[in-house]
Amino acid sequence: MGGPEVERLIGLLAKLPGLGPRSARRAALRLLQHPEARMLPLAAALAEAARAVRPCGHCGNLDSRDPCSICADGQRDRSVVCVVEGVGDLWALERAHVHRGLYHVLGGTLSALAGTRPEDLNLAPLLARVGAGGVAEVILALGATVDGATTAHWLTERIKPFGVVVSRVAQGMPIGGALDVLDDGTLAAALRARRPF
Amino acid sequence: MRAGVALVRLTLTGFRNYAALTWRPEGRVAVFYGPNGSGKTNLLEAVSLLVPGRGLRGARLADLARRGGSGWAVAGRLSTPQGDVDIGTGTPPEGPADRRVFRLDGAAPRSQAEIAGRVSAVWLTPQMDRLFQEGAAGRRRFLDRLVYALEPGHARAVAAHDTAMAQRNRLLAEGGADAAWLAGLEDAMARHAVAATAARAALVQRLNAAPQEAAAGTFPAARLSLCCPIAARLAGEPALAVEDWLRAALAAGRAADARAGSAALGAHRADMGLADAASGLAAALASTGQQKALLIGVVLGHAALLAEARGFAPLLLLDEPAVHLDPDRRRALFDALRALPAQVLLTGTDRETFLPLRGMAEALRTGGDALARDPEFPPAPG
Ligand SMILES: [Zn+2]
Repeated sequence: MGGPEVERLIGLLAKLPGLGPRSARRAALRLLQHPEARMLPLAAALAEAARAVRPCGHCGNLDSRDPCSICADGQRDRSVVCVVEGVGDLWALERAHVHRGLYHVLGGTLSALAGTRPEDLNLAPLLARVGAGGVAEVILALGATVDGATTAHWLTERIKPFGVVVSRVAQGMPIGGALDVLDDGTLAAALRARRPF
Repeated sequence: MRAGVALVRLTLTGFRNYAALTWRPEGRVAVFYGPNGSGKTNLLEAVSLLVPGRGLRGARLADLARRGGSGWAVAGRLSTPQGDVDIGTGTPPEGPADRRVFRLDGAAPRSQAEIAGRVSAVWLTPQMDRLFQEGAAGRRRFLDRLVYALEPGHARAVAAHDTAMAQRNRLLAEGGADAAWLAGLEDAMARHAVAATAARAALVQRLNAAPQEAAAGTFPAARLSLCCPIAARLAGEPALAVEDWLRAALAAGRAADARAGSAALGAHRADMGLADAASGLAAALASTGQQKALLIGVVLGHAALLAEARGFAPLLLLDEPAVHLDPDRRRALFDALRALPAQVLLTGTDRETFLPLRGMAEALRTGGDALARDPEFPPAPG
C-alpha cells in the first residue's frame, strides 16, 4: 500500500519510542495528507536539529550551543552538580524546576551483563569540573536499580578524594527515562530528601 | 469462616488444554478430579499465574499457549476486603507469544508488586515430594514463596541480590575489574542479602511461634529452620553490622570466588530445614508420607499466619495432596481445611478420596476442555 516511500516512512516512524506500527501508520497518513503544512516543516526541523544539536562538552546535555544554555546560564548555582543517567532525566528535572544548579549526564550506568564499562561513561568532564574547584556538592540522581546503585557507589569513590559532599536522592525515585512520568511535587520531594552518601 | 480473598470467577482463553473456560467457584473449597492429563493441574497453574512469578510449574511462557494457538490469557475476579479486583495475565493482544503482561482492574499495573500487594497464592505440588532429596534451591524457592506472600517486597530484594551477584560473577570471570565497581556490586549484594535473609528469618520465627494446632487441627505441626551464615549473624548482631561483615567478606573472597565461578556467601546460599515439631524428626530422614504431611502443616500454618498478619489468607493450591497420606492424615487434612480461613483448590485422580469433603466442598470432573459439576457435592454456603 502506497509504495516503498510510504512503507519506509512508516517503518522509520514505528521505531520511535511510544509509537507502534499502528500509530506510525496514523502519523504517516496525517503527514502525507498535509505535505506543505506538516511534512516539509517537520523535515526541515529534523534536518536543522540534526545539523545543529550536539552534546554539551561540559555536561552532556543536548543543545545547539556548546556550552549548553544551562551551563552558560549565569543565574545558576555553579557549586551544585546533579548527576543523571540520561538527557531525559535532565529534561524532567528541568521541567519540574526542582534543581537550580548545573547537571552532568553520565550517559548510562555500569553493567557487566550489558557490557557498559567505566570507559563507556561520560566521566572525565565531571572529574575535571570537580577538580577545578568551586563545586561544593554533587547530587547523584541515578536510578534505584542495582545498576544505578552500583554506579552511584563507584562514582562516589571517584569523587570523594576531591573533598566535595556527595549526596543521593531519596530511594524509590524511578530514574533512567522513568523520571518524566513523576509529577513535579514528587520530584521536588525526592530531591529535597537527598542524603549524604 | 469466610476467606478474606476469594476467587469468584476464573476465565481461561487458549491456555494449556482449555480453549475457553469460565468457572465460578461456589464455595471456599473446590476439588478437581479426573485422570492424569485431563487438565486438573492446568487449572491450579492458571490461578497461580494470577500472582507475579512463573507459576506452580515454573513453566516457560511458550508452553502455556494451547497447542496450535499463539496467545493465552488467564483472568480472575477476586473478592477482597477492599472490594472486588480483576487481575488478568497473558500474552499481549498484538504482541509476541514469549511476552507476558498483567492487567489490574483493566489497566496496566505500575509494577508487579502492586498485584502482589492485593493477592497471594501458595502451592504444594507432587514435585515437592522430592524437596528434601534434591538441592537447596528448591527448598529456598519454597521458603521464598511463603515470604513473598507475607512481604511482597521480598521478591525484589532476592531479584536485586541475584542481579548484583550475576554482575559480580561476570566481572570476576573477566578478570582485572575496577575495584570500586566490584565494591559497588558487593554493597548491593550485602544490602539485599541482609534484607532478604531478615525477611526469611522473620517468617520462620513467626511460623514456628504461631499456635499451629489451632490452624492445622490434628495435623502434625512442623518446625522450620533457616540454615544460612547470614541468618546466624543476624540473630546476634544489628543488620548494619551484618551488612558491613558481608561486604568485607565478599571483598576478601574475590580471588576464591573467581576461581570457583560463584560467590561463597550471599542470599543464594540459604537452605531451609524442616522437622516434626513434636518428635524432632527431620524431614530429610522422614518417609515420603511424613514429609508430605510436614509440608502441608507448614502451608496450613502459613495461611493462618497470613490471615492474621495481612487480613487475608493466600489462595491455597494443593495439587494431589492426598497422595502418600494415610487415611488418618487425610482426615486431618480435611478437618484442617474446614477450619482454615482460606480458599483452597485441590486436585486428585480419585473421586472417592474426597467424599469426606461433601457438604463443604464442590467437586468438578475435568476432561476434554471443560468442567463437569459433580451433583453429589452440592455447593456449600459461602
Ligand atoms: Zn552543558
